[in-house]
Amino acid sequence: MFSNGLNFRWAGAVVASLMLSFFAVSPALAVPEGEEESWTTNLKDLYFEGVTLEDGSELISMDTPYRAMDPAVVPLMIKFSKPQAPDSYIKKVTLIIDENPAPVGGVFHLTPEVGDASLTTRIRINEYTYVRVIAETSDGKHYMIKNFVKASGGCAAPGLKDRETAMARLGKMKMKFVDAGVGGAPGSAQLMVSHPNYSGLQLDQVKGMMIPSYFVNSIVISRGDKELMSIEGDISLSENPSVLFHFTGEGVGELNAVVKDSEGGVFKKSWPIPPRVDG
Amino acid sequence: MSVSVFSFLKRPMLMGGVALAMLVSPSGVKADTSQSVTPLSMEMVAPGVYVHVGVHEDPSPGNQGDISNIGFVIGTSGVAVIDSGDNPALGHRLRAAIQGVTDLPILYVINTHMHPDHVLGNVAFRGDDPEYIGHARLAAALADRESFYLNALKSQLGATPAAGAEIIPPTRIVDIGAPVEIDLGGRVLVLTAYPTAHTDNDLTVLDQLTGTLWAGDLIFIERIPSLDGSLLGWIKVLHGLRTLKVARVIPGHGPASADWPQATFAATRYLETLAGDIRAILDRNGSLKEAALSAGQGEKENWVLFEEYNGGNATAGYVELEWE
Repeated sequence: MFSNGLNFRWAGAVVASLMLSFFAVSPALAVPEGEEESWTTNLKDLYFEGVTLEDGSELISMDTPYRAMDPAVVPLMIKFSKPQAPDSYIKKVTLIIDENPAPVGGVFHLTPEVGDASLTTRIRINEYTYVRVIAETSDGKHYMIKNFVKASGGCAAPGLKDRETAMARLGKMKMKFVDAGVGGAPGSAQLMVSHPNYSGLQLDQVKGMMIPSYFVNSIVISRGDKELMSIEGDISLSENPSVLFHFTGEGVGELNAVVKDSEGGVFKKSWPIPPRVDG
Repeated sequence: MSVSVFSFLKRPMLMGGVALAMLVSPSGVKADTSQSVTPLSMEMVAPGVYVHVGVHEDPSPGNQGDISNIGFVIGTSGVAVIDSGDNPALGHRLRAAIQGVTDLPILYVINTHMHPDHVLGNVAFRGDDPEYIGHARLAAALADRESFYLNALKSQLGATPAAGAEIIPPTRIVDIGAPVEIDLGGRVLVLTAYPTAHTDNDLTVLDQLTGTLWAGDLIFIERIPSLDGSLLGWIKVLHGLRTLKVARVIPGHGPASADWPQATFAATRYLETLAGDIRAILDRNGSLKEAALSAGQGEKENWVLFEEYNGGNATAGYVELEWE
């Protein structure tokens, strides 16, 4: 009955020697607010070499909690002050979490079809960090804003809470129509994907093997045959990735999502758009 | 041999009077002269069952990580440690307390779940070569969080108290639905693993002899429950536990022991309130942020550390219940 004992000793040794977790490299001391060394000496040139990043505070606003309540699920809302016009729109939004081992939280490619580039998602934050939103406009300019977020206290880690449920539900999707749009304004909807989306060391209990990283790396959302937005994801997005986005469109139709993960999994689903509430 | 969970009710004097006296008498006091480790203060809540009560705070240099209820049970052939404390120093102090009470060997170190305040003292017992026992999912959960926990310990207590801390995974596991009995000599402990509740690796220890249930963090009293598993799963487990016929419970956080089943009531009420509030918010398409700020607020006056943990609990509950 306890023949697993040896396997577990072995697995423990493997775990101790590998230390491969993406969340393994954090220093003991938290980065204080005002300290941007990771960005200035490393990340800026890594992701935006030679690019002038203008102050984005008039175009973009970001809502994050000052202290993350649950480091595995930190809500992040990005709002834009201008609507998406066919000739002037937000083309690309890059989310950078300076002190995360995988700093790029996501890259969102947007079209004028969304009507409003504002979006809400959820990220992992395992230590004090700046979170940056860099928006590229259709005229090729880049704008940046940043927020400082403190990690939570206590013993909550940014890992999976209920791996088995996440795996049992793997690839299931829900589309929640939050706002059908009033008086011609864009509607909004939240796409939810059930996926562990994690790279931490995970032990296969039966085989005693380490499970490699496993995350959603692509989400494409379209209305009918018109692409609204696509997302390049990574492990800094929370378990069960969620994105609230906007969409335009007259009359009936459907929203489609195609999700791909790092192991080659492809998940597709469509939802009819509910009637608009005009007036 | 299969011993019923409730056999202690029928056979309260399983052990002879002499053996029992050995358990409760401090006559076997053995001073640890090898090093100056201050033994933890222990409370004997039942014959041979010793509990150290932690404070309701987060780990800090001031409290040295002494924030959870940890302890041990003594049989006629050996000792079982149940949770080892937040750091190696605390584990050594628990070990010194055991040595102050008995010469018997430490045969088992049982961890009720993955959280650092219950496992990071494990290393203090390595020289005893015990069996480390935990839930079948404990090793994976610890592997996933190892670096995070060790870094957190350093930032909470400083480099010196955190020195030597390491994760020691179980060498023997308990599967859900297959309770394990361990015999300490004259008393049997029944170890039960649960589906995801407080965490995905919760385990209880029932001392059949005295009807004492070590509940780990499935039961919080006074200190606000912290959700790191499944809100609905935890509520379900609490309702199931309530039907157990035991004499007393040792909560993971709270007094050394508490009456049963009353000890389950406050945590159950809190979690059900949280679930109800979150469902109402989800029903009207309320946001995660709104839930984090408002769900469970009616329980504010009932718990220590409410502000520190309720928002996280509400966040975890929301992302779980939105899939209902």
